[in-house]
Amino acid sequence: MSTGPSSALFDDLRAVLDTDRVRTGATELGLYRKDASNMEGTTSVVCLPRTTDEVAGCVRAAVRHGVPFVARGSGTGLAGGAVPLDGAVVIVTSKMDRVLSVDRVARTAWVEPGVLNLDLSRQVAHLGLHFAPDPSSQQTCSIGGNVANNAGGPHCLAEGVTASHVLAVEVVLPDGTVTVLGGEDPEPPGYDLRGVFVGSEGMFGIATRICVRLVPDPPAIRTLLLDFLDVDDGARTVSDIIAAGMVPAAVEMMDQLCLEAVEGYIHAGLPVDAAVALLVEVVGLPHGVEADVERITRIARERGVRDIRIAADETERALLWKGRKSAFGAIARIKPNYYLHDTVVPRSRLPAVLAQVYEIAARHQLLVLNVFHAGDGNLHPLLVFDKREPGVMERVHAAGEEIVRASVAAGGVLSGEHGIGLEKRDLMGLMFGPVDLAAQAALRDAFDPAGMANPRKVLPSGSACGDLQAVPEGAWI
Amino acid sequence: MDLSSHDHGLPDDGAGADGLGLAELAEEVGVADPVTIAGLATRGGPVPGVRPVMAPVGIVSIRADEMTVRCGAGTPVSELDDALAAVGQSVAIPPTGTVGGALAVGHSGLRRLGYGPIRDTVLQVRYVSAAGEVVTAGGPTVKNVSGFDLCRLLVGSRGTLGFLAEVILRTRPRARYEQWFTSTADPWDLVATLYRPTSVLWDGERTLVLLEGDRRDVDDQARLLGLSPADPPGSLPTGGRWSLPPNELQRLPPTGRFVAEIGVGIVHHEHPPPDRQVDPAVSELHRRIKQRFDPTGRLNPGVSVLDGVG
Repeated sequence: MSTGPSSALFDDLRAVLDTDRVRTGATELGLYRKDASNMEGTTSVVCLPRTTDEVAGCVRAAVRHGVPFVARGSGTGLAGGAVPLDGAVVIVTSKMDRVLSVDRVARTAWVEPGVLNLDLSRQVAHLGLHFAPDPSSQQTCSIGGNVANNAGGPHCLAEGVTASHVLAVEVVLPDGTVTVLGGEDPEPPGYDLRGVFVGSEGMFGIATRICVRLVPDPPAIRTLLLDFLDVDDGARTVSDIIAAGMVPAAVEMMDQLCLEAVEGYIHAGLPVDAAVALLVEVVGLPHGVEADVERITRIARERGVRDIRIAADETERALLWKGRKSAFGAIARIKPNYYLHDTVVPRSRLPAVLAQVYEIAARHQLLVLNVFHAGDGNLHPLLVFDKREPGVMERVHAAGEEIVRASVAAGGVLSGEHGIGLEKRDLMGLMFGPVDLAAQAALRDAFDPAGMANPRKVLPSGSACGDLQAVPEGAWI
Repeated sequence: MDLSSHDHGLPDDGAGADGLGLAELAEEVGVADPVTIAGLATRGGPVPGVRPVMAPVGIVSIRADEMTVRCGAGTPVSELDDALAAVGQSVAIPPTGTVGGALAVGHSGLRRLGYGPIRDTVLQVRYVSAAGEVVTAGGPTVKNVSGFDLCRLLVGSRGTLGFLAEVILRTRPRARYEQWFTSTADPWDLVATLYRPTSVLWDGERTLVLLEGDRRDVDDQARLLGLSPADPPGSLPTGGRWSLPPNELQRLPPTGRFVAEIGVGIVHHEHPPPDRQVDPAVSELHRRIKQRFDPTGRLNPGVSVLDGVG
């Protein structure tokens, strides 16, 4: 396998793209060796295609030279999914950033993979439509990346994650063939290859055009901030709301350390002395929304809520959401670095698992902030630290692994929306046995028998035929 | 059945538990001879002349506060629906046959417009592979991106890749109020104007609309659009199930009785569906997947998910 620069490969790539869209400079290679995780790989060339044919040409050139390739959108992935291994050719889709068509009757759009998540919603806002998945990185993450990771976001509680919003994908398969998986019709013939492609983390090919569903903006919206003096009461309120037969558009939780950090950052009048606050959004037709607000208020009172703040207008609503979505930026006020996990636990286990998260962090002498999608049990514990402190990374990794293990032991899963990538690859055995992993490896093998698309991600070594591993720098194993 | 809603009995939704006899099904499937899976025969039944097996029957647990249910794939949908109704919930699976049969065929019900497709209901499956092993795919929580999505692969795979044995499904709250209405207005105007109707059916002349939610909202919407209360739809034409991009329903050929799901694209038609083409690359992926999941072709032999497709 070639891992060094290859002038023949570069020549072939330059025949596909203009010379200036095949980059081999040290600075750029350095940038594309990593994503938003703390892992790094190696690459000798970065390609910036503008069309499906160009993507296919890059894939064919890489494969012809026996070099693997990795697709990359905005590089906001947190699990190392876009980190190039084995000197893979990096194929960046960010120049493919056009919304190709919008059908306001069918409420669908065909988009290129480099379109940014929030840009899509902005471009269809005048039609009263939006793209439902809304990761916190939505200003910078791309739809192609959302497809690769099956991205979520606060509003996926009621609307479902990306897989529920993708109808069809034009893909370049790992041998360079172009085809369309799924379709604009509701029941395309055959296996749901669209469904398996979404969330395949770049290992089944590269999405070059995506047909997404757009959902209508709700006629009525109410956004509530509920604060509690006890973490348990807040967490139990979440379960009670769901058990009462409501699915709010979003149920987010922020703990005290997070509230403090965010308040210092955006001054939204957040209850900084509360143990936790819930941000609950109810949408729909007006009477149903008001009825839900009343029921949620009653449930929260039964759980000892201290204060209920209902956003009076769109400005206040936007401010509350800004508080939630800027949590990650605000954290820099506490410590320069953070490590974010993404496990999911059954809602009823939130109180117990949160208590474990605090205990684990304390035992490893780390600060932890919790800001997460409580409605679907999707934890986001942020371990904050200063990586210049000697020995801190070991403690961060040890605490992280304990949190993941505690979540799975509580009947949960490794990742709710960030994906497995490189980061959690070697923990897949916590959820799946050898037979289960072999079935996933068989599916990957059907799409990519030669193993050229983003190799050595997601599945631990030995899942299928046992490919040998080199441990990349920063990998959490 | 565990109808508990709080902190006990949870490990049942994790890995390992086998209260339903999954190992027995795996043993019955075995490793060598052709085998087919049988349910209530509402969707065509097992492959004739091939040794049949049946999936486990029964509900393992309903967790109202998780909005999940775990059951054997052989459980009748009606039994599941009754049990969920007792906790004010439902599952988006069409109301006949077994849970496993509905998932294996993968056809959504008449409420897809509001509830989403059947494929989105599946959180975890345990299936018996062609090697006679119990394989777990997906996870028990409502959100999960851990690993490749074999659940989506199995929905609609007609027992050609593995036999569904046990599933965990996402449930949904039952609506506080629902009412069917009728209208002679243009169905596309209705689907564009109504906020998230649960179903809009059109037979070429008359439109049936199902609205759900708070009764005051339902009544307001009905008044605004001049809808009249109506009975639920009667029997549908069964000659063919057409799947078309939703906008193409505006250009349906004028012959034959039909009921079209507006906003979805399914047409229940008197006549068989028009021929469809499948890209060679997609056919090749099907061949490779089948070859890897069932190399000797012993599962539901003769069944192909691309049958009748050009």
